[in-house]
Amino acid sequence: MEMNRPRYSLAIMIISLTVFSFLIENMANDYILAIVCFTGINIVLAVSLNLTNGFTGLFSLGHPAFMAVGGYITALLTFPAEKKPLFLPDFPQWLDSFHLPFFPALLVGGCGAAFVAFLVGISVLRLKGHYLAVATMGFIIIIQVLLNNADTITRGPLGLNGLEDFTNTYWVSGWVIVTVYICWKIKFSSLGRSMLAVREDEMAANALGVNLFSTRSFALIVGAFFAGIAGGLWGHLITALTPGSFSLLMSFNIIVMVVVGGTGSITGSVLAAIIFTLTIECFRPLEENFGIYGVGEIVMALFLVLVLIFKPSGIFGTEEPDFVMGKHKP
Amino acid sequence: MDSGYIAQQLVNGLILGSMYALVAIGFSMIYGIVRLINFAHGDIVMIGAFATLAFIETVGLPFPLVALCVFLTCCGVGIVIERVSFRPMRGAPQVTGFIASLGISIMLQNIGILTLSAQPRNFSFPGYMQTILHLGSVSFRIIDLVIFLTAIVLMVTLVLLVKKTKLGIAMRATAENIDVARLMGININHTIMATFAIGSGLAGIAGLMWGGKFGQIDPLMGYVPGLKSFVAAVIGGVGSIPGAILGGFILGLAEVLFVGLLPPIYSSYRDAFVFGTLIVILIILPNGLLGKDLEDRA
Repeated sequence: MEMNRPRYSLAIMIISLTVFSFLIENMANDYILAIVCFTGINIVLAVSLNLTNGFTGLFSLGHPAFMAVGGYITALLTFPAEKKPLFLPDFPQWLDSFHLPFFPALLVGGCGAAFVAFLVGISVLRLKGHYLAVATMGFIIIIQVLLNNADTITRGPLGLNGLEDFTNTYWVSGWVIVTVYICWKIKFSSLGRSMLAVREDEMAANALGVNLFSTRSFALIVGAFFAGIAGGLWGHLITALTPGSFSLLMSFNIIVMVVVGGTGSITGSVLAAIIFTLTIECFRPLEENFGIYGVGEIVMALFLVLVLIFKPSGIFGTEEPDFVMGKHKP
Repeated sequence: MDSGYIAQQLVNGLILGSMYALVAIGFSMIYGIVRLINFAHGDIVMIGAFATLAFIETVGLPFPLVALCVFLTCCGVGIVIERVSFRPMRGAPQVTGFIASLGISIMLQNIGILTLSAQPRNFSFPGYMQTILHLGSVSFRIIDLVIFLTAIVLMVTLVLLVKKTKLGIAMRATAENIDVARLMGININHTIMATFAIGSGLAGIAGLMWGGKFGQIDPLMGYVPGLKSFVAAVIGGVGSIPGAILGGFILGLAEVLFVGLLPPIYSSYRDAFVFGTLIVILIILPNGLLGKDLEDRA
């Protein structure tokens, strides 16, 4: 049956990711493992940002801010109790009693990010196009300033380090599967079609009974939830969180993946995330050996500008390619 | 807190504001003519600062010539950016140009890091510029006076240029309606190029001033002034040159007074304050103070 091709693709992805995680966790060294985890986290980020930016056409740059919220919440919930007096001497008493294992902490982090997205959405979702982009960029800076100043909980610019290294390829693969599956289901549901309608022509969509605000809020909130999860995974992978790392540069990196992969194409985002993470990692030893810092970013930026000039909708556009979908498209 | 202290803060705010205004003018002109938020504009400030350093230290030119050379260099950079990247994208959705400008900004910053290293460099103007003058209870350096006066002269020149000359009329016509302007025989490409050149040149002069005022420059220095000048342009109404000037001064004064008049614990919230203002203005007053209601932004 041709129609079930996406289901087979999903099954193949789950099986191959499981096997891959098992093999790599047992065979590869820490450096390779870290790169694999970064790739997975970037896939989660790119696919979830695609939900906001690609499907709904809300050009949000605020993904790192949501990551920061999720990352800090997760980190504080799992922070080992015996290290607290040393790292966080002024930690508020009432927060001490909250301590969760990794998985529920991640979920709480994701929900926290989603809640922040809800609040942000109420205020900025009335803006359009690049004005929304600029407002969400301001939001990144506001979050950074708040994190820098709330030093009783976040240690300010020093950053929260000494986190447990919970993140491994199993966690990352699991979240990659969940993110891709949920975003896929959303894209091919009536909700997903509403999102695409809002992107293409909001007045027509509104006339046909699509609630613009709730569709946009939903896209922003779901995107932020996965960004929060990715933030938690990221923090527990590098075992440190600093406000400075959730910067516009990080936002830019995720945007590049979404734009190059195709605004609206899940397959495109996944492939672009893999290619870009690996490219950046390949440039890193080069940069360190030859002292040519910044080449990776220059190449990425150049590639982005070229794609925007010659193929503005990205490599796959809004389509999912035939090797995932089969011939018949829903 | 006496009146002298407040007067001093007002003077500081005016000086900061004149630099914001110079950068904001470029944002506004470019937005007005091609509806593009040129994110790379802040990095022209950085290029201007490094060009100043190069002209002073390696070529050893006298000061007014340095300023002219910096202006021309940055005009050139602006023209190249427009020609290579934004012209092929003309007519694409607005967000496309914005992402591209973000890419160019990252590229310029990293080219700076690659060729000049990320280490901050000291930047010093000749000694006489640092002399401190006193005027009643207010004190400032000669460089501050030069910054303020140069900014005012440039702004007046620009406003006259836009109002009186043929090029200025062409610019206003293109900003009004690009297709009709083309039908009237205006060379759109030249007009847009001239807009980018003038805007970038002014940003370059702002870079010279920024370096002279704060004494240190590095490849990432353009980021914050660029963003804040954009906020200034939004406050005044993007697309309006008098609006950009007004917005620049308002933002400069507001920022300095925020830090100067509130208790010191709040001063680290300065950037949050600026960008909070941006979001509030975008929501309640999307056309800014002097902007025209050209299209819906919110």
